[in-house]
Amino acid sequence: MQPGPPQVSDTVLLFAGIGGILVLASTVAALLRWRLAHGQPHTVIDNLVSRINAWWVMVIAIGLAFIFGKTGVLVLFYLISFYALREFLSLAYTRRADHNAMAAAFFIALPAQYFLIWIEWYGLYSIFIPVYAFLILPILAALGGDTKRFLERTSKVQWGLMICVYCISHVPALLTLNIPGYEGRHLLLIAFLVLVVQGSDVLQYIWGKLMGKRKVAPELSPSKTWEGLIGGVLSATALGAALFWITPFNPWQAALIAFTICLLGFFGGLVMSAIKRDRGVKDWGHMIEGHGGMLDRLDSVIFAAPIFFHVTRYWWTP
Amino acid sequence: MRNAERDVIPRMLTQFAAASIVGFARALTGVRAIWVSGGPQAAPTVYFANHRSHGDFVLLWTSLPPDLRPLTRPVAAADYWLSSALRRFIGCGVFRSVLIERRGLIERSGSIERSGARPDRDPIAQMAAVLEAGDSLILFPEGTRNESDEVVLPFKSGLFHLSRRCPHVRFVPVWINNVHRVLPKGAIVPLPIACSVTFGAALAGSADAEPEEKQSFLDRARSALIALRPDYERED
Repeated sequence: MQPGPPQVSDTVLLFAGIGGILVLASTVAALLRWRLAHGQPHTVIDNLVSRINAWWVMVIAIGLAFIFGKTGVLVLFYLISFYALREFLSLAYTRRADHNAMAAAFFIALPAQYFLIWIEWYGLYSIFIPVYAFLILPILAALGGDTKRFLERTSKVQWGLMICVYCISHVPALLTLNIPGYEGRHLLLIAFLVLVVQGSDVLQYIWGKLMGKRKVAPELSPSKTWEGLIGGVLSATALGAALFWITPFNPWQAALIAFTICLLGFFGGLVMSAIKRDRGVKDWGHMIEGHGGMLDRLDSVIFAAPIFFHVTRYWWTP
Repeated sequence: MRNAERDVIPRMLTQFAAASIVGFARALTGVRAIWVSGGPQAAPTVYFANHRSHGDFVLLWTSLPPDLRPLTRPVAAADYWLSSALRRFIGCGVFRSVLIERRGLIERSGSIERSGARPDRDPIAQMAAVLEAGDSLILFPEGTRNESDEVVLPFKSGLFHLSRRCPHVRFVPVWINNVHRVLPKGAIVPLPIACSVTFGAALAGSADAEPEEKQSFLDRARSALIALRPDYERED
């Protein structure tokens, strides 16, 4: 009669629910392809299918990581940070003299950040990159002796490290929070963040496709509309409230937090899009042919994760 | 001499080395091949590319379909690739480089006599012989690695003479992106920077009945190469 530990039963319930929704989505997409596109290539339906497939990949990757617990999650996000940093620095302008700074970013700062989270040393992992790496990277670049576009070059390496390593590492860092009454359920906090923020991306896309007219930022991202933004963020806020049972929050707190991280996610997408436009590329990378890279998928989570972490830490930990 | 030497080096070893080099290059750079017009063709082809790193020919070679790799031979400087046993193994054994003597450097390399590469050989004749045998070439027409801020150095005339000698061979420009950032000169630690290799359309034959001037051909080839540069590299 006794159900399993709360985390296990809730996690199973959550993944069963997501799995059900994805099966439904894949079925609907297959039906649409059959009835509307008659099996022929169709831009909107193909895009829909690739988005659903990306969700399958994401849910399976996170599910596998959850099975291995803290280690699994840290390894998964270490790899995500690595690929994100590679995409970021591959598009950035650097010179020969930046080689050591970039090597330090890849081979020292990245592993060190995840190691500090592994040993749960909050006092150091929260300042390691913004303080120590921030100062040491330009020192390494300066020792290279090349002054051409120096500030721009060093800023790009620092920015890459902040976005791809520091910000992303705040997703697994959620596991280190000591929330009274929430012991052993931290993985669900990650699920909440990812589901709400990525769900908001999908809902914005759907609302935008259904009734999008007025563009929010035509220069940055022509596909983002006010209708999509408002509809998507409000429905994702409702999704967040509905998921309160997997969090330490009550329904209205869950809604407020979901609203905050959805907005941050939206603006994260805008910022990353501005960088892509400036570099003249459509996507950050080519992880899955035609569907962009790691940073294209994660821009919203990157901006939401550190704020979500600190909001939760400030109000829910002693 | 050369054939005998190749028999001595066990084929399995060179194949294993080739597979390891391809695997390592792939894992490190995630190299992506982009074919701008049509796909690869199994016809004698001169792939001419920009040259900023020792890794260039490895990346270009890795980007080719596996069945074309053994038929595609890099043109390389004899003095560099004969200067140590390891380089000889990689240059001659694995990649079957067509070794060219650079004028003025012959004396410095003591190993030339042993290799069978002869200083008196005409490099154009050497390359033409390879193409006539049905193989393809990887050529860096800048003649040396470009370590300047220039996009591409002026081309040496070899490419032109080769095109006169072998008019029916395809000349395909290839832009190699980012490899020089993976392991720049003097660096020890390679960076996992993403690279791409863009294959352009083969140069069209000269439209005029008159034979094309040397400089006009070289300019045309160089512009075709530079045109393949990704947009984001242009403003750098």
